[in-house]
Parts: sequence; structure tokens; C-alpha cells
Amino acid sequence: MELEEIAKNIRKKIFLMSYRAGSGHIAPSFSCVEILVALYFKILNIDKNNLNDENRDRFILSKGHASSALYSILAKKDIIEEKLLDTFCQKDGILGAHPEAHSIPGIEVSTGSLGHGLSFGSGIALAGKIDNKNYKVFVLLSDGECQEGSVWEAAAFASHHKLDNLVAVVDYNMLQSLGKTNEILSLEPFNDRWKAFGWGVKEVDGHNISKIIENLASLPYTNNKPSVLIAHTVKGKGISFMENVPLWHYRIPNNREEIEIALKELGLDRKEFEEALK
Amino acid sequence: MRNAYISALYDIAKRNKQVMSLNADIGAIVFDKFKSDFPDRFVNVGVAEQNMIGIAAGLASCGKIPFTYTITPFITARTYEQIRVDVCLQNSNVKIVGVGAGLVYSTLGPTHHAIEDIAIMKTLPNMKIVSPADPIESKMATYAIAEIKGPVYFRIGTAGEPKIYDENYEFTFGKGVELKHGDDVTLIATGSIVYDTLMAAKELELKGISTRVINIHTIKPLDKDIILKAARETGAIITIEEHNLEGGVGSSIASVILEESESQIKFKRIGLNDIFCSYYGTHQELKTHSGIAKEDIIREVINLIKLKDKQVK
Repeated sequence: MELEEIAKNIRKKIFLMSYRAGSGHIAPSFSCVEILVALYFKILNIDKNNLNDENRDRFILSKGHASSALYSILAKKDIIEEKLLDTFCQKDGILGAHPEAHSIPGIEVSTGSLGHGLSFGSGIALAGKIDNKNYKVFVLLSDGECQEGSVWEAAAFASHHKLDNLVAVVDYNMLQSLGKTNEILSLEPFNDRWKAFGWGVKEVDGHNISKIIENLASLPYTNNKPSVLIAHTVKGKGISFMENVPLWHYRIPNNREEIEIALKELGLDRKEFEEALK
Repeated sequence: MRNAYISALYDIAKRNKQVMSLNADIGAIVFDKFKSDFPDRFVNVGVAEQNMIGIAAGLASCGKIPFTYTITPFITARTYEQIRVDVCLQNSNVKIVGVGAGLVYSTLGPTHHAIEDIAIMKTLPNMKIVSPADPIESKMATYAIAEIKGPVYFRIGTAGEPKIYDENYEFTFGKGVELKHGDDVTLIATGSIVYDTLMAAKELELKGISTRVINIHTIKPLDKDIILKAARETGAIITIEEHNLEGGVGSSIASVILEESESQIKFKRIGLNDIFCSYYGTHQELKTHSGIAKEDIIREVINLIKLKDKQVK
């Protein structure tokens, strides 16, 4: 299957599981679908039959609220059972709106509180250096998350310790829960901030899978430096009325008109939708 | 206690290559030997405590055994959410070592006092808490907590605490220690104030009050047996700690007694009464100012014994 086709299917899954649960973050998940597809299908060295391999690459979803995107990817990769997706946020299920490491195969770190992933990832990267391992550590951050001071503590640490096995990808959709990042607490000049912290920096269209792959294929960007890929994305990408509208950060479509539009734009037919909700 | 901890940690690190020391720019000179002999395993993360805890959790996920170290409020309160999510929620094998228990940094003021650390650490699931009373116990406890898989908060003093134990002391995690037998009243204390408690007990003996003293070095999990036995046998318990009363070890002990003791007992907690200590001087002077000195213990015992006698009559 083409990667674009996979991305399309992942969006369908995210929509269905969130709609069924009446919970979850659809728009922030849609924002990073292509990033996750690129990572899990072309970049990460993870063997589903040996998830604890000490040489595996690590992926940390620091923006834990995009869990529905990650669960859908893990199902697509056969790391978790696809039918588990039906239990998202429901009684007796293990898939919450934020991922938990101890109960879900393929989840390295429990996240949900922002600003934790880059420190955790720096620790794994440091262990890799001490033990002469070749693995890489990928951390997906949201842009709003980069307002947390702890992110910058980790950024300074990683460059000081030359953790060139650490890669941050920022889902830079320029929107946070209540509005535009530029209006709430600007992160600009974002590229320069990372550079000033001693990171190698690249920028990419975060919905162009082949470009993302191209930008993650050769690492680090600069010798002896951690790398950050700033992925320019659209929050809510895939459902027009959600795109770039802050209100949809944590909201599930609930009227007929919204659902009709969503189904049409995601390429879900009504029958498929009703079938999935059973 | 600090040096005893560091030399034990050095010894453990010598035998176990997974053991690391992470410091947030605290520990001048005292860590030099560790640093020069295990350069890869000593990381001064800088003045960035939250990051230190996250890094430690990441290291632990790769099999490392990180001992994180700095002054108590900075490693418990500043980092609380990192400890909660990265360490406790994920049951990470990270040791949180807070130096400067209670009021020992007496001249540095309330920013450096540790008076609510027990309360905030004990409320975290998966967390265990060890609070040694003297340098020997600090050393022995360091060996013990290195063997525990999972989060431990280790609350230590600094330097110059009087000795309570000799070199033959055997530390058992989770088991309180009866340091002195007695029948009229039991004093249960934790940390270096165990020494003041012992001194108070000796004076009380001279006044004819038979005083039992228990060192509760493991605050979580609590040794319920030794507490309930003391409640049964002495009928009066006083807890002593260098910590705020709210949420301290005394409140844990009170819960055990209220829920599980069948004996009718008299009970009193000694600790800081919901205050910051904005007072300067020696450690001893701060304890006196805060109402937790030896004399305060003696006074409270006498008061409690009177109540107990009234009850009997």
C-alpha cells in the first residue's frame, strides 16, 4: 500500500475511534499523521517480534494527546491488535486518550503531560552513548509544548552532551489549545531558537511523506549535534472545518452536517461508518 | 550522612556498572572520587532539576540505575511532576536523593529547608521512602535501596550527625528499629532527630518514665507491626519529626493506629506546626525555635503521661 493511502486510512481510524469514544484529540492527531507514517514505515528500526530489543530505535510521543494517531499506526504495524482500537477510551480498555507504557505494546514512555518527552529521550540517548549502541531516539513534540521550560532544559543538555543520536520532530501547526501560538506565546524565531541551543535544524512540509522521509533519512544534520525537524503542519488536516480552528483541539463532531462533511472528506461511506460504530 | 551515602554509592558503582550519579550542580568536592573514577557515570546536569529526573527515567528504561542528587526541595518539589509521571507512574528504577533533611540547612533559610518533602513524596504510588537517622544507617540504607527495583526517595542529612549505630548494624528495609525498650510511652521518630529523641528518653527515665524509642527509618511502606505492638504495650505514642505535621510521618502513624489498633491510646505528634521557619542560627537553635527540640519532647511526654493516667483512673 502506498504510504499516502496508509495515511488516509489512519485518519479514518482516528476519526472512528474518537467518534465512538466521544473522546480524544482528533485535530492534533490529524496534524501528525504523515510524520508518524514516515517514521514507522521508513525510518524507525523496530521489530514487532522483539519490541524490547536493546538496539531498537525509540519513539516517544511527547505530545501524548495524539495517541489515537499512534495507536492506529501501531495497529497498522501489527504491534497491537487492530480490534483494540475499538476499545479506545472505553471501559476495560487499555488505550487511553494519553498512552501508557506499561500496558500497551510498542509504547516506550507514558506521556500526556507536556514537556517530559525530550528529557526522557535525552536519557535514552545518553544511555546509548555510554553503552556504544547505534540506536536513535525520536521524540515528537507539539509546538505549544515548546512553551514548557523543561523542553529547553533538555535541548541544552542534549547539545552539551553531543547527543547526535537524538532527533526531535516538532509538529509545528502554529495552533495550541486556545488559539494561535503566535498570539498566545510566540515561539518565533523557532528555527533560530533551536540553532542557538546547539541543534542541527531542518524544516519540512509536515504533510509530505516523501519529503519527511528524505529529511529523516540522513542523520544527524550536523556532526555531534542533536537534530530537530520542524514539520510545518495544519492542525485538523483532513477535515476542512477543523483545519486551523483552535476549537477542534479537543472536540468531537456531533451534528449531522459535521459528520456528513467529515465522512465525505475522509473518504468514509455512511455504511462503513455505521458498521464501525456497532 | 551525606558522605556515608556517597562512599556507599561509590562502592556500589564499583561493583555494578549500571549505577550512575546524576547531580544538579550540588556536591562540590564530595563527589570528586566518584567523578574521576567513573567519568561516564557521573553527570552534572546543571541547574536543571526537572530535566535531571526525566533523563534519569530515560536512563533507567535502558537498564541504568540512576541516583539523582541535590538539595531536598529542589529534587522533590521543583521536580514533582517529573517524579510523578516519569518515575512513579512508570515505576522507573530511579533513586531520588534529597540532601538536607528538615532544618539542617539552618542558615540558608526556608527555601532550603525540607519540611514538606515526606508529605508530597508519600502520596505518590510506587514510591518508597527511606529516612536514615545517622551516618551508619545512611550507609547501610544506600546499599539496601540500590537493591530495590523501582522508585525510592532517600532523605538524608548533611554532615556531623551524632552516631546512633555501630558498624555491626544491619539495616532492614521496611522494618522499624526499637532502639530502647520502655513501657509507659513510645516515641517514634525518623531522621537525625532520632538522636534528640533518645536523649529525651534518657532524661525521662531519670524522672521515672519508662520510654520506648523506635526509629522508623522506612516511612513508606510503614512497619505497622512495630507501631501496633507499641500501641498495645505502652498505650501512649508520640511521633517526632523534622517536618511539617501536615502529611508527615506522624500522620501516617496516626492513620495506622486509628484504623488498625484495638487499644485505646493517647497520641501526640511533634513537628513543625504548619509554618515556614524564617529563623536563622544553628540547626539546634532552629529546632528549639520550631518547638521540636529535646525539651519539647520531654514536655509533651509528661503531658501525655498525665492524660494517660487520668484515663486509667
